[in-house]
Amino acid sequence: MGYLPSTAPERGRMLRALGLDDPEALFREIPAALRLGRPLALEPALSELELERELTDLARRNLSLDEVVSFLGAGAYDRFVPAIVDEVVRRSEFYTAYTPYQPEVSQGTLTAIYEFQSYVCALTGLDVANASMYDGASALAEAGVLACHATGRDRLVVSRAVDPVFRQVLGTYARGQGIRVSEAPLSGYRTDADATAQLTAGDVAGVIVAQPNFFGAIEDPEPFARRAHEVGALLIAVADPVGLAVLKPPGRFGADVAVGEAQSWGLPPSFGGPFLGYFAARRDLLRRLPGRIAGGTVDREGRVGYVLTFQTREQHIRRERATSNVCTNQALCALAATVYLAALGPGGLRDVAALSAAGARRARSRLAAVRGYEPMTEPFFQEFVTRSPVDPEELGPKLLERGILMGLPLAVHYPEFADRILWAVTERRTERDIDALGRALEEIA
Amino acid sequence: MTSLFASGPTRPGSYVPHAPEDALEGIPAAQRREDLDLPHMAEIEVARHFTALAHANYGIDTGIYPLGSCTMKYNPKVNEALSRLPGLARLHPYTPVERVQGALELMDRLARALREITGMDAISLQPAAGAQGELTGILMIRAYHEARGDAGRDQVIVPDSAHGTNPATAAMAGFQVVTVPSDARGGVDIDALERALSPRVAALMLTNPNTLGIFEDRIAEIAQRVHGVGGLLYYDGANLNAIMGITRPGDMGFDAVHLNLHKTFSTPHGGGGPGAGPVGVKAPLEPFLPTPVLEATADGYRFSWERPRSIGPVRSFFGNFGMLVRAYAYIRALGPEGLREASEQAVLNARYLKHRLADVLDVPYERDAMHEFVLSARSLQRATGVRALDLAKRLLDHGVHPPTVYFPLVVEEALMIEPTETESLQRLDGLAEAIRSVVAEARRDPDAVRRAPERTPVGRLDEVRAVRAPDLGARP
Repeated sequence: MGYLPSTAPERGRMLRALGLDDPEALFREIPAALRLGRPLALEPALSELELERELTDLARRNLSLDEVVSFLGAGAYDRFVPAIVDEVVRRSEFYTAYTPYQPEVSQGTLTAIYEFQSYVCALTGLDVANASMYDGASALAEAGVLACHATGRDRLVVSRAVDPVFRQVLGTYARGQGIRVSEAPLSGYRTDADATAQLTAGDVAGVIVAQPNFFGAIEDPEPFARRAHEVGALLIAVADPVGLAVLKPPGRFGADVAVGEAQSWGLPPSFGGPFLGYFAARRDLLRRLPGRIAGGTVDREGRVGYVLTFQTREQHIRRERATSNVCTNQALCALAATVYLAALGPGGLRDVAALSAAGARRARSRLAAVRGYEPMTEPFFQEFVTRSPVDPEELGPKLLERGILMGLPLAVHYPEFADRILWAVTERRTERDIDALGRALEEIA
Repeated sequence: MTSLFASGPTRPGSYVPHAPEDALEGIPAAQRREDLDLPHMAEIEVARHFTALAHANYGIDTGIYPLGSCTMKYNPKVNEALSRLPGLARLHPYTPVERVQGALELMDRLARALREITGMDAISLQPAAGAQGELTGILMIRAYHEARGDAGRDQVIVPDSAHGTNPATAAMAGFQVVTVPSDARGGVDIDALERALSPRVAALMLTNPNTLGIFEDRIAEIAQRVHGVGGLLYYDGANLNAIMGITRPGDMGFDAVHLNLHKTFSTPHGGGGPGAGPVGVKAPLEPFLPTPVLEATADGYRFSWERPRSIGPVRSFFGNFGMLVRAYAYIRALGPEGLREASEQAVLNARYLKHRLADVLDVPYERDAMHEFVLSARSLQRATGVRALDLAKRLLDHGVHPPTVYFPLVVEEALMIEPTETESLQRLDGLAEAIRSVVAEARRDPDAVRRAPERTPVGRLDEVRAVRAPDLGARP
């Protein structure tokens, strides 16, 4: 099977027009010694019917969230997505378009990017946002680089309560640029404010805290912002997109930059990608932003339209002096997010956040009633930690037998929390689901 | 276009149940947000708004999209459907490994296919896009030199015809960028390269065929010289669509390569992503691959984080998995003959189109074009004042998407044209006729061309104003 429309006689005509009789002659500039000279060793072609069978078989060997009641989150969430989101995203005018280099025939993409930026600014309480980043983790890494460039310093302080995967990616980017990263310790499940303040010295470019943090705990971010600003550093907030609807936004607690993973805004978990990083900042950092930015303007007749703007920051103009090498980002995911946000509206977004928070409190209480599942203290948002009297390695399979996908065993990322589990509750979890979890834990104990 | 932020309120739909009044009681008052000033829209208005936006967009399904270096080939519909199977789309990345074996097998099969196509020894599917693939590859090269105690390699060489991401990437990986010029044949100037080579060179980044659509036929010699001073060769895979099954970067002497699955392997561009930028490397670089690394064991597949020399992850989890699914489906649908045929047709289409246009625009390089070619509007501009940009805008009035303009930077008034293999002879002739008629019009009535476009939803937009009076988002 293939997707070539040309017929054999047409190919013949084209070759003859070029004065060639053999298609092999098309490649005469490739030295013979470099030619492969054999067919690629790949499986033979499939028809669409066979392809569907093969992919369906592979898909069946995975545990879809449709088959279980999931309490697994930790950076990827089982959320409800209104049908209209995929309807819009599947319009080929959107998904088969390139980066909007010709704005006159790309107003759909550009307007949607502008709207996405508008939503990100409104939700984060910051002034400017870009068109998207690959994911939350790489958005944080770029934010760290921005802080170093903006302050002329080369050290970052990051809370250990920030998603460990984000911190690992930050580390990869930082090593590339000779940026040092200091980790601020935990106090319980929150960032140790005193220790962080001590680490935040005059050579620090940025302080990074999450709201809510990886454990689901709600931090008090203002002291971190004050301390960062005292020494001339930036406060970078990693903010959960659902939390933005009900928690004090980063722009109001003193953050200079906010980033996050916005998979929760209408994207399936898709085994970890494609995801959607958002990136917002104070206005004076505009010219240091990575990636694409759409802006409004007018044509000669005064009609409003949108273009990619402030492009002198970008790699295709500035080359080695660009703010980042990012080119292709996650435009279609940003479109999905924009449709999601538009459809749900402020009421729907608050309901999603409040249902998740209420469900998490209910689940925490239910688990507290099971011997050994001692939970963390409030305040938390939609995730919380409990101890587990059963080794999480053994508990997981037993819960799965009962149709429940366990939360994340924290041993994966925090050796000191080997007996603890991070549970996530989204708006999809019902009272019955939570009760089923409680009963299953009682049985297993 | 009007932004949805400018529309009046309508009654929103009901998507989730209302939360109980006391739902947020656990959140301290000091951390609560009470206001949320965002548009209220009924679903019908949301649907109409985005339908109107779709109508204002041009995609591959609208018509030919010959953007050079972008490989705008057809995006098969079946791949869209398959990537949405619940066992693939509704799969949580922290699901226990024994319950994601189908996904891991798919990734392994894709990685094997990409190894074979590129001639590399190991693949990471993690990078989210081409530029991130570049960063991954260059960070690995840096780690490789450091691990050997080979300090003092602080330079990366890029040709002047390179994509902007190459120098930007090298800088992000902490290197100084050394630019080498192209020679009169459109290839790397070997003498200039020789002068740039020294024990300070960590790598040379090269696209082959290059951005002029020309195959660097002295690549073996270039590789030998770079390796001779201890540097490595990085292959920018943006133009792999020309050579599948014909020649391989691994056989040309490259040590690391990234692929743009959203170019060569037909995953949709999405208006600027998501893409996917897997990286392939030769064995000596394998210990430095980003974590986690997919491993096949007797008990099935698993991910390994125990990689002491790894550069670490470049993004969360395992990559843009949904895009990997589509690329895998594409490779399976085409098979070995189909991939080679695709490259052959891509080159044939480009060569045919160049042949159809060589008499109306300047041909800066006479060498055989591969999958794309560069023409120049320099003579036309001198004669009429009409620039490459004007031609591009007038083409919009003919209902076709214009080629890339002003890239590569080494050609004045450049038009870079890549039709791809999924365009028929009729479509190619249609594009040729459209370009010829715009050039003829430029000679007859240059002002008409400079006024273009006239038949698009908006005319030429004032980009200076967009910077002077920034409007980067609506306030609710």
